[in-house]
Amino acid sequence: MKTKGAPYAFLAPALVLFAAFLAAPIVYAGYLSLRRVKVSGLGLGAGARTEVWAGLGNYARSLTDPEFVPSVLRVGAYGLIVVPVMLGLALVMALLLDAGRTRVGTFARTSIFLPYAVPAVIASLLWGFLYLPRVSPIVDVLDRVGITAPDALSSSWVLYAVANIAVWGGTGFNMIVLYTALRAIPTDLFEAARIDGASDIQIALRIKIPVIGPSLVMTFLFSLIATLQVFAEPMTLRPLSNTISTTWTPLMKVYRDAFVRNDIYSAAATSVIIAAATFVISYGFLKLVGSRAFSQEN
Amino acid sequence: MAVDIAPVPVAARPAPKPAAFRRTSPTATVLLLLGAAYCLLPVLWVLVASTKSASELFNTFTFMPSTHLFDNIAFLSSYRDGLYWRWMVNSAVFAGGGAAVSTLVSAMAGFALAKYTFRGKSLVFNLVLAGVLVPAVILAVPQYLLLAKVGMTNTYWAVLLPSFISPYGIYLCRIFAAATVPNEVLEAARMDGANDWRAFVRVALPMMRSGLVTVFLFQFVAIWNNYMLPFIMLGDDKLFPVTVGLSGLLNQGATQPAMYTSVVTGAFLSIIPLVVLFLTLQRYWRVDLGAGAVKA
Repeated sequence: MKTKGAPYAFLAPALVLFAAFLAAPIVYAGYLSLRRVKVSGLGLGAGARTEVWAGLGNYARSLTDPEFVPSVLRVGAYGLIVVPVMLGLALVMALLLDAGRTRVGTFARTSIFLPYAVPAVIASLLWGFLYLPRVSPIVDVLDRVGITAPDALSSSWVLYAVANIAVWGGTGFNMIVLYTALRAIPTDLFEAARIDGASDIQIALRIKIPVIGPSLVMTFLFSLIATLQVFAEPMTLRPLSNTISTTWTPLMKVYRDAFVRNDIYSAAATSVIIAAATFVISYGFLKLVGSRAFSQEN
Repeated sequence: MAVDIAPVPVAARPAPKPAAFRRTSPTATVLLLLGAAYCLLPVLWVLVASTKSASELFNTFTFMPSTHLFDNIAFLSSYRDGLYWRWMVNSAVFAGGGAAVSTLVSAMAGFALAKYTFRGKSLVFNLVLAGVLVPAVILAVPQYLLLAKVGMTNTYWAVLLPSFISPYGIYLCRIFAAATVPNEVLEAARMDGANDWRAFVRVALPMMRSGLVTVFLFQFVAIWNNYMLPFIMLGDDKLFPVTVGLSGLLNQGATQPAMYTSVVTGAFLSIIPLVVLFLTLQRYWRVDLGAGAVKA
């Protein structure tokens, strides 16, 4: 195609929206994170409160906030549970479906994918009720055999309770992605191995998993990014549990600083830190695995 | 690499059939059924629970159904003159409108990135990738502060406008355009006197159709499921999507336990449209995330 301005015309809407809703907020957050309100006198009357440069004061305050570091560690622990469990389950289910040694494939695939249609808020609501001892069928069953089940929303279990919701919601989608990749492997890649007597498990470990490596990398990356921004699940569970604080995750702290404490400068600094950390972690991960994902094909 | 994978639709092998010469494996069947049971359990529960009256909800066996489904729906519908149904309509407007516009924007941008060479192409592509790696939800608070400056918070636009841009949608559309629209066909269209826009609308868009449905579904689900953006942007509960509305109802339940029945019934009704959408459009959920990497 030759018309000179054409590619720019096609890109224009995307670029305008990108500038307004992704680039501008980052720049504005960066600007706010370096500002603070200076109160002169009693802080009364016009001009008593003025915005001045704050240097890196907001960043120092964010990083040394006694609630910030625990929220980061909590999300780290949460990610260490969610990502391996969710992707492990997704991979096992995808391999089982792909091996084709069952008659319940379609039913299982549809059922496991179903939670993707349930928003995180609704999923948290459903599980939240199921965690309540008066509703939970698990507590009910354990009660009958004389075991007192632990309260899933108590402080020692709540991290697992939230992680379970994420695993429930995300396994199916990742399973479908991996299954799609598995279906695209040409049969002749492993038919020879099968004739030589290799078992399904050997074929899965030696041939299928290495071939779908790029898809595994991408599902890992997107799961990682989703984990770092956990917000809806703990926010929804809060009314059902008094063990989830208002700063339980870093994004919850941003919300509290901005809207409960009206400290938009500190919230902006924390937003910038989270955005930068997400970028560094995901970009670093891609470099680490040496993935050609996202490379330009031509 | 030899494996050339078109991202959508993947039709390399037919769906696996337990053919006569391949034994079925009880272990595989049991594991898959366990997985299915885990995923269906909460959905079954909400179906059963929405049939219970307020007094039964916490006092009868979890999976024992009752007969109050229509009472519950009627009560929920009467709550503040049908506010719940407004939330459902709002969700449909946000997700439907946002996904439609963002699919078109993504298709245009993806087409330009796949089919043209121009100055600044790598810069644009790298911006798109950076956008994929830094999800917009982290920017929700700065987006709010900016929109507050122009007085647009607490309007439909506050939720719709940020949904129109999807770096991941652009990324996918670029793959679809590269994989499904041959250069020769575009050249032929130009020979026939079509300008760039006509070539895009008449030739490229129809060829990218199944990929565009996938992008639309992705965005639709992402917006329908989004919580933080509308939660921050909207103050008037008449503008809430169903996710924000229901979590507000749950908060009220802490002081008025009778509201729990409405929350449960509302949750049940809210997942029906998406479940139907999923089951009818299942064949479009075949996106191969690794495709961009495998294609060398």
